[in-house]
Amino acid sequence: MKRSVGEIVFDTANAIILCALTVATLYPFLYVAFASVSSPTELSGHHGLLLAPIGIQWEAYKLVLQNPLILSGYKNTLIYVSVGTTLNVIVTALMAYALSRKGVLLRNHIMMFIVFTMFFGGGLIPTYLLVKGMGMLNSIGAMVLPGLIGTMNLIIMRTYFQGIPEALEESARLDGAGDWVILFRIILPLSMPVISVMILYYGVGHWNAWFNASIYLNKSELFPLQLVLRNILIANSTDDMMVTLGVNQKGQDMSEVIKYTTIMVATVPVLIVYPFLQKYFAKGVMIGAIKG
Amino acid sequence: MEITRKDASAEAPGSRSSLAAGIDILRKDLLRNKYIYLMMLPGFLYYIVFHYIPMYGATIAFKQFTPAAGIWDSPWVGFKHFQDFFKSYYFWRIIKNTLLINLYSLLFGFPAPILLALLLNEVRKMWFKKTVQTLTYLPHFVSVMIICGLIVDFTSKNGLINDIIVWFGGTRDNLLMKAELFRTIFVSSGIWQEIGWGSIIYLAALSGIDQELYDAANIDGAGRFRQILSVTLPGIMPTIIILLILRIGHMMDVGFEKIILLYNPSTYETADVISSFVYRKGIVDANYSYSSAIGLFNSLINFVLLIGANKLSKKFSDSSLW
Repeated sequence: MKRSVGEIVFDTANAIILCALTVATLYPFLYVAFASVSSPTELSGHHGLLLAPIGIQWEAYKLVLQNPLILSGYKNTLIYVSVGTTLNVIVTALMAYALSRKGVLLRNHIMMFIVFTMFFGGGLIPTYLLVKGMGMLNSIGAMVLPGLIGTMNLIIMRTYFQGIPEALEESARLDGAGDWVILFRIILPLSMPVISVMILYYGVGHWNAWFNASIYLNKSELFPLQLVLRNILIANSTDDMMVTLGVNQKGQDMSEVIKYTTIMVATVPVLIVYPFLQKYFAKGVMIGAIKG
Repeated sequence: MEITRKDASAEAPGSRSSLAAGIDILRKDLLRNKYIYLMMLPGFLYYIVFHYIPMYGATIAFKQFTPAAGIWDSPWVGFKHFQDFFKSYYFWRIIKNTLLINLYSLLFGFPAPILLALLLNEVRKMWFKKTVQTLTYLPHFVSVMIICGLIVDFTSKNGLINDIIVWFGGTRDNLLMKAELFRTIFVSSGIWQEIGWGSIIYLAALSGIDQELYDAANIDGAGRFRQILSVTLPGIMPTIIILLILRIGHMMDVGFEKIILLYNPSTYETADVISSFVYRKGIVDANYSYSSAIGLFNSLINFVLLIGANKLSKKFSDSSLW
């Protein structure tokens, strides 16, 4: 079919808008990447867009990667992500399976009991007092337990389990399988798509979490990476970092570059994992939204 | 789309016979499905401990809570904290800020992913479409801390945005210190971060539209633009409405972490919202009862908004949450 002039104009304009949007999305990250390896003095004199690094240096990366706070932040985040996500997925899967079984009398009442918490909650302060009262301040428990189940995730998983044909379960029951066998040998193996999505959602949540850490933790050796970042990026205390490193005061210039480098160091893992996770994104939203 | 499922197998026990018979049925069920209930146990305890106990804890909004006395033994003071809050200088300020920030986010942030989805839907080259999609999702996965770090840096006096302003003949300023710009920065950075991710669901809805409708529109002489208006948009309308309801239900509590990270005393005037105020009064100033009262007030508004939005949607369209 031949395209009319209108069509061509439409398609071109569309492509231009989308290209501009993509550039606007990516450029801030490119800017940071270029700036992180630029020479501090040249960068401070530079104004405007950065299209390539100016005057390569890698010193900032050395400083950041040797910083004890960044390293312990990384380590803590990895612990919180792995422990937290494992517990999240196990507890959510058990509950979702139990709530997906037909013929269990109380399951709908329990479902109501759960859904209610989506609409109403005690709020920040009572939760904080609870965690404090349970003696969980400065412990991994405070990072993992208050968000053990995401209710939306539970609903997604339950709906997915309900979609698995009942005949499979019935024939297993005839062969003498109990609920545990059915869950672990039949339901879970058939649910890998939704489980990978859960791992993605919970995992990203733990990786990015900082607020709980900021109110429940006050020992800096327990801080997750994101909280360490706050001190460097938002509270603007790169000086602390230079002091911990025993580096002489190199002025405002170096601390600017250190900021960019810190952003890179904290973002690169996401960029590396991103291509592998990407195929789950759309699937995750679909499972969550269409069936939710 | 439904959130709760009604199921015939779960009639209330005891509705037709006596209470004793009901208890008997329940006991048999607990026994027969004991492993099911065992599986529920950790999750059930989680909801009791981390959701229902804090709801009980929220009673400190009506008490004069002191940590030494504890929640139970602190004396009741009725609505004192609510009255203090309603009368305080901050009341109207944070209500106004909360509403305005959310209204702007809704007004500009909500349609943005729809527009992107419509544009992407018109792209015929798959590789181009896929590339744009993949790249625009990316910021969604970057932590709020990094995003705020970027915002702080780019809006600083020597930052990139100021460089651009100077090109256009403006003057340098620390943009985050200007109260009148806070909402603009907050809303536009939010769009930047979430536009791609938000478009996924609309693209899914778009792929479900019957191709024949387009063919028919084509025969009727509708151009591409006309087709978007008459076929595509109506096709995704139910999805738009459901997402709009969900969004309105959470009108009052969006973007709290980002606000805490970005605001400062010189922008409190436009940036301080209910949740950041709760955080400051409660966690920072340890004013527990007062802060809980405000938190409770916030939850109530949210609840009412959600119910209201759902009612409206039921009335004006076929889609609703329950």
